[in-house]
Amino acid sequence: MGKPSDLVQGTLDLLILKTLSLEAKHGWAIAKRIQQVSGEVLQVQQGSLYPALHRLEQQGWIRAKWMESETGRQAKFYSLTAAGRRQMEQETANWNRLSAAIDLVVEQA
Amino acid sequence: MRWTDKLRMRLEMLLHRGRAAERLDAELEFHLEQQIAENIAAGMSAEEARYAALRSFGNATVLREQARETWSWTRLELLLRDVRYAARGLARAPGFSVIAIAVMTLGIGATVTLFTIVHTVLMQPLPFPDQDRLMAIYEADIASPAGNHPVAGGTYLSWQQRNHSFEQMGVTTRGMAYNLSSAGGQLPERVQAEAVSWQTLAVLGVHAVRGRLFLPSDDGYASPKTAVITWGFWQRRFGGTPEAIGSTLLLDAEPFIVIGVLPRWFAWSDAKVQLLTDVMPQIPEQVMESHDAHNFHVIGRLRPGVSPAQARVDLSTISAQERKLYPDGPVHDAANVHPLLQDEVREVRTPLYALLGATGCLLLIACLNVANLLVARGAARRREMAIRTALGGGRGQRIRAQVTESLLLAGTGGALGTGLAAGALHWLLSVRTDLPRAEAVHLDGMALLFAVGITALCGISAGLAPALMDDDRQVLQTLQEASRSHSGGRSRVRVRRALLTLEVGLTVVLLIGAGLLLRSYEQLRAVRVGCVTHNVLTMGLTLPDAQYKTQEQKSDFLRQLAARVRGLPGAEGVGMTTMLPGAGAGEDDAFVIHEDPALKKGAYLDAMIRWVNPEYFEAMGIPLLRGRTFAQNEGPGRSAYAIVSESFVKQYSAGRDPIGKHIDDANNGPLDAKTAASNEIIGVVGDTLGTLYWTAPAPTIYYPLYGGLRGDVSLAVRLAYDPLQAARPVQEVIAGLDRNLPVTDVLTMEQIIGQSMLDSSFDATLLALFAGVSLALAAVGLFGVLSYIAAQRTTEMGIRMALGAQRETVLRLMLRDGMGPALLGLGLGLAASAGTARLIRSMLYQTRPFDPGVFAMVATLLLAVAALACVVPAWRASRLDPVQALRME
Repeated sequence: MGKPSDLVQGTLDLLILKTLSLEAKHGWAIAKRIQQVSGEVLQVQQGSLYPALHRLEQQGWIRAKWMESETGRQAKFYSLTAAGRRQMEQETANWNRLSAAIDLVVEQA
Repeated sequence: MRWTDKLRMRLEMLLHRGRAAERLDAELEFHLEQQIAENIAAGMSAEEARYAALRSFGNATVLREQARETWSWTRLELLLRDVRYAARGLARAPGFSVIAIAVMTLGIGATVTLFTIVHTVLMQPLPFPDQDRLMAIYEADIASPAGNHPVAGGTYLSWQQRNHSFEQMGVTTRGMAYNLSSAGGQLPERVQAEAVSWQTLAVLGVHAVRGRLFLPSDDGYASPKTAVITWGFWQRRFGGTPEAIGSTLLLDAEPFIVIGVLPRWFAWSDAKVQLLTDVMPQIPEQVMESHDAHNFHVIGRLRPGVSPAQARVDLSTISAQERKLYPDGPVHDAANVHPLLQDEVREVRTPLYALLGATGCLLLIACLNVANLLVARGAARRREMAIRTALGGGRGQRIRAQVTESLLLAGTGGALGTGLAAGALHWLLSVRTDLPRAEAVHLDGMALLFAVGITALCGISAGLAPALMDDDRQVLQTLQEASRSHSGGRSRVRVRRALLTLEVGLTVVLLIGAGLLLRSYEQLRAVRVGCVTHNVLTMGLTLPDAQYKTQEQKSDFLRQLAARVRGLPGAEGVGMTTMLPGAGAGEDDAFVIHEDPALKKGAYLDAMIRWVNPEYFEAMGIPLLRGRTFAQNEGPGRSAYAIVSESFVKQYSAGRDPIGKHIDDANNGPLDAKTAASNEIIGVVGDTLGTLYWTAPAPTIYYPLYGGLRGDVSLAVRLAYDPLQAARPVQEVIAGLDRNLPVTDVLTMEQIIGQSMLDSSFDATLLALFAGVSLALAAVGLFGVLSYIAAQRTTEMGIRMALGAQRETVLRLMLRDGMGPALLGLGLGLAASAGTARLIRSMLYQTRPFDPGVFAMVATLLLAVAALACVVPAWRASRLDPVQALRME
């Protein structure tokens, strides 16, 4: 199992944006969600997750809000901004093109 | 995201950094809690769950750092951290910091001051449109083209009619002054002025802010006299009211109509000028059309695309033609054309550049010294640096820390230095009153930019040198070395020696420059003033032509004045002259000696012309060497006599007795003579101080004051007591004769002589000050390096002495170590001085650029100081107790 840093550059950003596209989540939930959906293949380390979240926030693609979590404790919830949604769509398209291309090479070469 | 959101985010990160950090901690804490909760849910004990969570979490500090790095302003934060560390480091070594900051302050302050002056005075364009096309035009001779002579009216008119290079030309007469009569409750005063032709202001491209400027119709010889006033004069004298236009000013008792006001920014050649008058109605037609009465300064505006060189050829051709038409008189045969800006600053150019060069040297020495101190400090902190490296500090980080430290020193020095510069400028401008364009000098944006620039340059260069020497490949060695002191750090010593050699070399250059200037000042002081200067009161007065219409009226007034002042208690002599010794160039004129063989066609002699009363020589203590002085009754129409000075005899009479010969002088002599007057030489007197402080005594002709009076007279009263106490009684005597006559420049003779010497002594003193400071800096540098080397070699010396080395041997060894760089620097400095001394040649008076005395003295002085700086550490090393030294391990 590779660490996300081994993933194609920028993929973690896409995973985070995609995860946030349905609803606002805090950092822990984002990591859990990626892990679950990927069938426990992708484990996002905190050392990658939080710098990535802060970077996305600085770039204005996600915005943060302090809200009460399911356990009743204050937690920092991230949600997608309009710019973030556009960015996600663009990166998704990129990803699709790239993975299709890689598939082709892997299948036929 | 919209830019407003981005801005909000940036502000948030800038202003609430602490809160953001807390939130980051809370966020990470929350994550940890979630992990623990999950672990417990998976069946772990509370303690086990916590440890497992922490393990998976990794290094929390690093995580926090990584998250923070994505924030904006991180660079700023890092910078602030560096500055904080550097400040803390410097505060731990206050002695070092204070010295380094003081050195930087001095260097930067001096350089910024001189830069501001040089930039404003020499480089800033004149405030006139297309100022690069404005030219100052002089007459010249093909035989000696370097000389710039004032222009004769006739030549000016010929140029104006026949040149093809200039759009427009105008004349001015510099250095005029009028008695302004009292009016409307305001006191009479003496105002500085310039008389110009109507074209002059058009050439400059100036427009009136009120009224109008001169028109061709004002330029007639019979036109009413008109004046244009400066903004300052308008405010002061008229309260800025529009009624000023059309009003009448009484200047030298003659009415001038005020026709316009100049813009506020107008300042040209002399800031003291209060008003401009039209020159034409004030001078006789024959003077304006003469080719041999050189009275005017000429300026012109070049046609676009014409170069000054082309214009020079053009005007020279016309002058050469004029010369053919007038082969007899002092008529010049060429012209010189200089850009107006260069022309105005010619006199101060070399001194200013020399001073700027000196301050540059001083700054370089300051930088070298700070670099040297930083190297020493670096040596003391090698262990600290090695530990930092061992703990993972990168080389880049350490270099940044060092440079930040020296930038902090330079920055503090720069800020203080700029403050120093503001003060120094104020002082300099009040002392150096001869500086042209001084009114425009102030610390402007350009100067501040320069200050910031050199501060950064100093900080970086002084910090980088020692920082780059630091080599992290030797960490282990250093850590080991520190526990066993020995003569390590050879490369450091080598760098410090090189820096020191440079420093000594620069100091030598400065010392020699200062030495040469001081020597030439000494020569100046040795010049015989040639007259009494102690207890002599002087003042100037002008008898207006309109009021004193005839020669008799003027000489009667002056005779009465002399008699009444002579009658004051304590007055020992009353002299009157048109120009006091040392007060300036004054009038000069061309002449020939009638009895001598005829000169080459068109050649002529030139001498200073002074008009004096009969008692002048006796009152001023100027010795009468031969013949007699003027008689009391040698008044208008009754005199054709002249007295000449000793240097006149040497230069123009080949040392033979000139008494009885005649001086043929076209312009001077009894006023009733219409042609070149012949004046018989009746006496020879001693020389007095030259016209300007750096010139040798000039050949001088004295004519009787009562015989052909000029407008301005200086009164010199020799007294038995403090001359300034007599100022009031003498002024009362003058007021008793004419209530409306203002007096000017009430000074003692000592003040006049002092003023004329001040400028040269000023430059020398300033340069000597710089040289002194750099000598002190070099001495400190030598002392520091030697002490450092001595301290490093303590063990070695201990061993040598334990093995039987004599104290003298150790002393010699240490001295050789220190004197090496000093001698090398001295050699380099002497060689460099040979080049720089040539640059200041024009500032020297009777002093050769390679004055062996100065060179020898500087070498001796420097060696003495270097030896002194070396002796203390060397002596200390030789007094070592070998046992103690070895135990210091």
